[in-house]
This record gives sequence, structure tokens and C-alpha cells, in this order.
Amino acid sequence: MPRYLVELAPLHSELILIIGAMVLLLWGAFRPETERQADIISWAAIGVLALAGIVLARQPLGNNTLFDGSFRFDAFARYVKMIVIISSAGALLLAPNDARRGKYLKFEYAVLLLLATAGMLMMISANDLISLYLSLELQSLALYVLAAFKRDDVRSSEAGLKYFVLGALSSGMLLYGASLVYGFTGATNFNDIAAVALTKGAGQNIGLIFGLVFLMVGLAFKISAVPFHMWTPDVYEGAPTPVTALFAAAPKAAAFALLTRVMITAFGGIKPQWQQIIIFLSIASMVLGAVAAIGQTNVKRLLAYSSIGNMGFVLVGLAAASPEGIEGVLIYLATYLVMTLGAFAVVLCMRRRSGPVEEIADLAGLATTNPGMAATMAIMMFSLAGIPPLAGFWGKYYVFLAAVKADLWPLAIIGVVASVVGAFYYIRIVIVMYVNDAKSGAENRFMRVPLRESTVMALACLITLLGFLPFPLRNGSLGDWIIATASAAARSLFG
Amino acid sequence: MTLAAAFFYLFAAITVASAFKVISAKNPVHAVLYLILAFFNAAGLFVLLGAEFLAMILVVVYVGAVAVLFLFVVMMLDVDFAQLRAGFMKNATLGFTVGMIVLAEIVFFVATQFLKPGALPAGLVRAAPIPQGITNTEALGRVLYTKYVYFFQGAGLILLVAMIGAIVLTLRHKPNVRRQNISEQNARTKSTAMDVIKVPSGGYNIPDKAAAKVAAE
Amino acid sequence: MPQSTLLMDYLPIAIFLGVAGVIGMALMVAPFLLAVRNPDSEKVSAYECGFNAFDDARMKFDVRFYLVSILFIIFDLEVAFLFPWAVAFKSVGAFGFWSMMTFLGVLTVGFAYEWRKGALDWD
Repeated sequence: MPRYLVELAPLHSELILIIGAMVLLLWGAFRPETERQADIISWAAIGVLALAGIVLARQPLGNNTLFDGSFRFDAFARYVKMIVIISSAGALLLAPNDARRGKYLKFEYAVLLLLATAGMLMMISANDLISLYLSLELQSLALYVLAAFKRDDVRSSEAGLKYFVLGALSSGMLLYGASLVYGFTGATNFNDIAAVALTKGAGQNIGLIFGLVFLMVGLAFKISAVPFHMWTPDVYEGAPTPVTALFAAAPKAAAFALLTRVMITAFGGIKPQWQQIIIFLSIASMVLGAVAAIGQTNVKRLLAYSSIGNMGFVLVGLAAASPEGIEGVLIYLATYLVMTLGAFAVVLCMRRRSGPVEEIADLAGLATTNPGMAATMAIMMFSLAGIPPLAGFWGKYYVFLAAVKADLWPLAIIGVVASVVGAFYYIRIVIVMYVNDAKSGAENRFMRVPLRESTVMALACLITLLGFLPFPLRNGSLGDWIIATASAAARSLFG
Repeated sequence: MTLAAAFFYLFAAITVASAFKVISAKNPVHAVLYLILAFFNAAGLFVLLGAEFLAMILVVVYVGAVAVLFLFVVMMLDVDFAQLRAGFMKNATLGFTVGMIVLAEIVFFVATQFLKPGALPAGLVRAAPIPQGITNTEALGRVLYTKYVYFFQGAGLILLVAMIGAIVLTLRHKPNVRRQNISEQNARTKSTAMDVIKVPSGGYNIPDKAAAKVAAE
Repeated sequence: MPQSTLLMDYLPIAIFLGVAGVIGMALMVAPFLLAVRNPDSEKVSAYECGFNAFDDARMKFDVRFYLVSILFIIFDLEVAFLFPWAVAFKSVGAFGFWSMMTFLGVLTVGFAYEWRKGALDWD
């Protein structure tokens, strides 16, 4: 390998995604445009993601920084990047069947998804305000297009437009904050900012605090924390379902990693200043996510509120601002990704002969008509509600544990109450599926579950059910492995 | 330097005034024209700061391209002015309140900074060095492609995504449009383009094969 | 470069803009003072080949104009990046050269896609 490629080793997974995207773009452009071609290209894109994942997993750790410290590769970055790559691949696997039926199957879908994933990986490694902004724009721009991808559908276009306008607004706030931070610290690199933030009196500097707050507002938009969540239900409902499945998992994890790195690395010195904002965002998200979801009738909207609530729970871990808290964040993100993909795989299969349906009432009696789908949905819902010993419980357990250790008792108590309230609407879905009677008639039956969707469902069920049971793989369960990796990753951030 | 100060106030005043007109103009096309005026004056401010390259880029890219895009979009949307104004009056109170809060915050912020400057230690806060002896553009060029190569390539990728996105979302081909295909035209030879048909004299008795060909065309 | 000399370089432009402004204003104001005005309703109504105007002159533009102009902006920005590179070409070395070639390569991929998709054809 040439010398410069060796030097860029921590960047290899991003490079693979980018080069892969460009090759597939040219391949798609120079071949006749057929649906079969688009399908082949999405398989190829999954291959590219897998390759990037393998390269990432084999990448040795160490305190790797590149480009004058604006790119940082550590255990934290590797862990979150792995989550992002897996959830992007899952979302891509779910796409072609729905796209073919919705008549929006085009090869650009896979290319844009690869570029968005590359942007997310760059976000996770961003260690400088400029790389933060550029990577965030790279992923957001690709995601705006994906939201509006079903361009002949009014709702999809509306979702894309709303996402774009609010995303642009949040980017503007983020840039304003970044320019204030640069103005008051004289640095864009997180480590240099940290040096200034550690000095005495930094916490009283109004300019720096203003910059910090604006940065946090911009990032809170991206993780859709209350009160910056307004776009989420509309965009989730309007965007094509495979795109929603993507939105709910990968970009959330990437934006959360970015928020964590900015807070812990750059502003670790003025922790009391940002901690209170994170606590507020966390409480507001948990409460609103739990309460507003109760009245929803549309499954996609319900999952949107569920994702808002879940972000609130993840924020509990960040509020603790300790290695244990970040460990909880990382475990939560990993389990949340599996549950979200599983739930969306079920939503994608809610398709009658007349077309797709999205109402909760349409799930009535699913237990008799399609037991496999009903069981999957039930497992995902129980897990999202946080019922032990499913995977979702452990994420909650670790974030609340960290909050208690950090003396944030009230936050932990509110979190537990919110998750009990949230359990109500998750379990309501299970009741609809298992207790209510199905409407009779063949036209009310769902169509057969396609292979790709059932694969995702089966994997999600397996991980959610058995992942955290003391079920020995080679040495310990998958859950033990995740917890150990998350713990090492969280410590690398504080190191 | 009083001349520079005078120009600063001139540019700043026109920028603020035209920015105000951008949001208050009733006709969106006029709003775009005021936006162009604001861009020009902002370019003047950049020149006063010594950022010549940014000033020129502002004129070339924003005035030359972005403003044109805005005009196209405004004309494409076919905005209903009367309806917009009705909405404006309905939300005026709320908008005014929010605006006042933001203004109060800005005043508060600026006031605190003037009353208590230098809260952060001067040793840590470094101003960006002003290059001596080279032009602004060259100073940018020396670091943009080497030290900041990661950001530079990132910007290139964003442009690529913008290109793909614009095409995916807006490109439609009209059906039944016959385009000129130059390579196909050049590839025509006598054998592919021409049929010599023997027509027997004295009547319309064209052979069957040739007749089918004529009918197909 | 000291700031004062930099600004002195721009003095001719400022004078030029000032003169242009004065002439423009003069030409706009002069008709109000000098021209004979005698309007009637026929004179001031819109003229459309002898007919009364059919409808508003404002009409929806085709979305294709938007596509053309956004593609133009992208290449405009690309050219904007070329200027400092050309100015500093001697000092950026081989690394700077290949850095720009990579940038251009990425956009060339986009350009090839655009061309093959027919985004450069009008119909």
C-alpha cells in the first residue's frame, strides 16, 4: 500500500464508502436504468457497507488523530461507527421491496445512503468545529434528498421540505454558536477549546456560554430532543418507510456521538453550564415522548414519538457526564438501533393488496393472521417499554444507574416514571394485535412477508430476546461483549 | 482611517436597510433585488476588513449565482402576495414579541461584553494571524489545499451530494421527445441508412418486402 | 500588506462607483424635472400587440430553470476554489496539486453522472 494510504488508515472506512458510492454512481449512470439494476446496486452498496465495517473492526486502536487533530479515531468512534454502519445496512436491506412497490426504486437511493453514512462516520470522528459542520451537512443534505425521494408523493415531498427547512435553521444556529465559540476561544479544534474552557472564569464568560447554547440547540435539532422535535413526527410519517427506518437509527446515533464528543471533549471544563441544559432536554423529551405518543393512531407517528422519548433516555446518560453515563449511552444506542429496525421491518410488512397501511387499528388480530409478524412486533414493543430481560431493559438500566451514581436522583426517577407511562402505549399495540379481532375478508389480510424483511425481523428478535441472556457464545453473551466494548469506548473519550 | 470608518458606516447602514427591505418588501422579486444589494454591501464590508477574496467570492457566487437561483425559485413558486400579507398580519404580534426578546438578548449580550471585556485569559485566546507580504487570496491558497485538505475534500463531497440530489428530485424527461444522438448519426453508413428499391417501370407494383418497410417508417 | 495601502487600492473602484451612482441618479431624476408628461389611460395601459393584456405577466417558471441554475452554482463554487489554488500554486507543492485533482475528480464523477442522466439536455 502506498505511504499516504497507510497514513490515512483511520479514515479507511470513510474512504471505502465514498469511493464505493462514486463507483456505484458511475455504474448506475452508464448502465440502462432498470429496477433490476437498482436492486443490484443496492446489494453492491450493502457489500460496500460490509467491507467498510470489516475494515473498521480490524482497524487498530490508539490515539489516532489526523489532519492537525480535526479527525479523531478512538474506541468511542469505532463503537458508534459500527452501530451506524450496521443500521445503515439494515435500512438499506429494507428499502428495495418497498421502493419497487411504491415505484420509487432508483439506484441513487443506495448511493445517497452511502454518502450519508460516510457523513455520519465523519461526524463521529469530528474533533474540530469545521469538520463538525462539514460532516453534519454532508449527512443532512443526503438525508433531505432521501426524505423527499418518493418525489411524486405529496407527503414525501412535504417531509423532505420540512426536514430541509428546519435542518437549515438548525445548521444556522449551530454555525452561529460555532462562530461565537471560535470568537471567544480563538480555536476551532476541540482540544484547544477544551484548554480555554478549563481556565478559571470560563464558566462565567457569557460569549462562550452563548456559543455553547447555540451549538447545543443545533445538535438537539438533529437528535430531535424536545423542544426541538417538531419536525420529527411529520417527517417520519411523510417520508417513505425505509427512509424513516434509516432516520430513526443511524443519524440519531451519529448526532448523539457528535453531541457527546463536543460536550465531553471540548466543553468538559464547563460541565455545570451544559449539564443543566442536557437535563432539561432529557426530562422534556422523556415526558413528551411518553405523553404525546398515547393519542397517536398512526404507527409511524407513534414510532416518531417513541424515538423522541428514547433520545430523552439516552440524554440521561449524557447528563451524568461520567464514563458510566457514556457507557450507558453507548449500550442504549446499540439496543435501540436493533429494536427500531425490527419495529420498522414490521411496519414495512403492513401492506394489503390495495397498498400499504399505517394505522395501529390495522394491526388488529395480527396474532391469528400472521403470528410471526405479531410476535416480532410484540417483542420489539416489550423491549422498547424496557421489560426485562429483553435488550431494551439493559440500556435503560445502565443510563439510570449512571444517573443515580452521579447524584441525579430526580432525573432517574422522572425517567422511570416516563418509561412506565411509555409502556402503556407500547403495550396497547400488543393488545391490539393479540386481543382485538381481525377484520374478515381476504382484502384485509397483509401480503406475504418478503425474505429481506423477515431476515431483519428474525435477527432483531434474536438479539433482543437472547442478546442479554446469560447465553454463552464463546466467552459470555453478546450483551456482555457489548457492555465491555461500550465501557472501553466510553473510557477512551475521557482518557 | 476616518475614510475607512465612513465607508464602514455607509456599507453597514445600506446592508441593514436593505436586509430590512428584504423581509418587508411586498413583492418577492424586489426582496431578491434588495438581497443582492445587501450582498454587495457585505462584500464592501469584507474589503474593509481586508478579506478581499471573500468579498469577490460573495459577489461572484452569491450575486452571480445564488441570487439568480432565488429569482428562479421565487418565480417558480408563483407566490400569492395577498394571502402572504394576511398571514403576516395574523402572526405580527407573535413575531414582534419574539423579535423583541431576541433584540433584548443581543443588547444584553453586547452590553455585558463591553462592560466586562477580556474575561478569558489573553494567553489562550489567539487571534488568527494576519499574513504579511502576501495577498489575501494567496494566504488562503497556502493552507486550504494542504493544511485543511480534509475540509476541502469534504466540501467537494457536499457539492457532489447537492448535484445528485438536485437531479434526483427535479429531473424529469418528457416522454416522446426525440433527441439528437450525434454518435448515432455519425455511425450511420450507407448500408444502415439506405435501401435501394427496384421499382419496375409502368405501375405502382412495389415488391412486398419494400412496401412493408415503407409502411413501417 | 498594511491595511491602509490595501484600501487605497480600492479607491478607484469607490470613485468609479460614486460616479456611476451620480450618473444613474441624474438620469433617473432628470425626466421628472425636464420631460413633458401628459398621461391618459390608453397611454399608460400595458401594450400587448394591440390587444388588451390577457393576464398577469408573472407566470410560473419551469422547474428545469432551477435545475440548470443549481448545477451552475455547483460549478461556480468549484471555480471559486480554483482561484486561491492557482495563486498559491508554487507554494502548495505536489500535495496541493493532487489535493485539487482529487477535488476535481469527485466533481467530474458528478459531472459524468449529470451528463449521462441527460440533465444537460433541455428536453
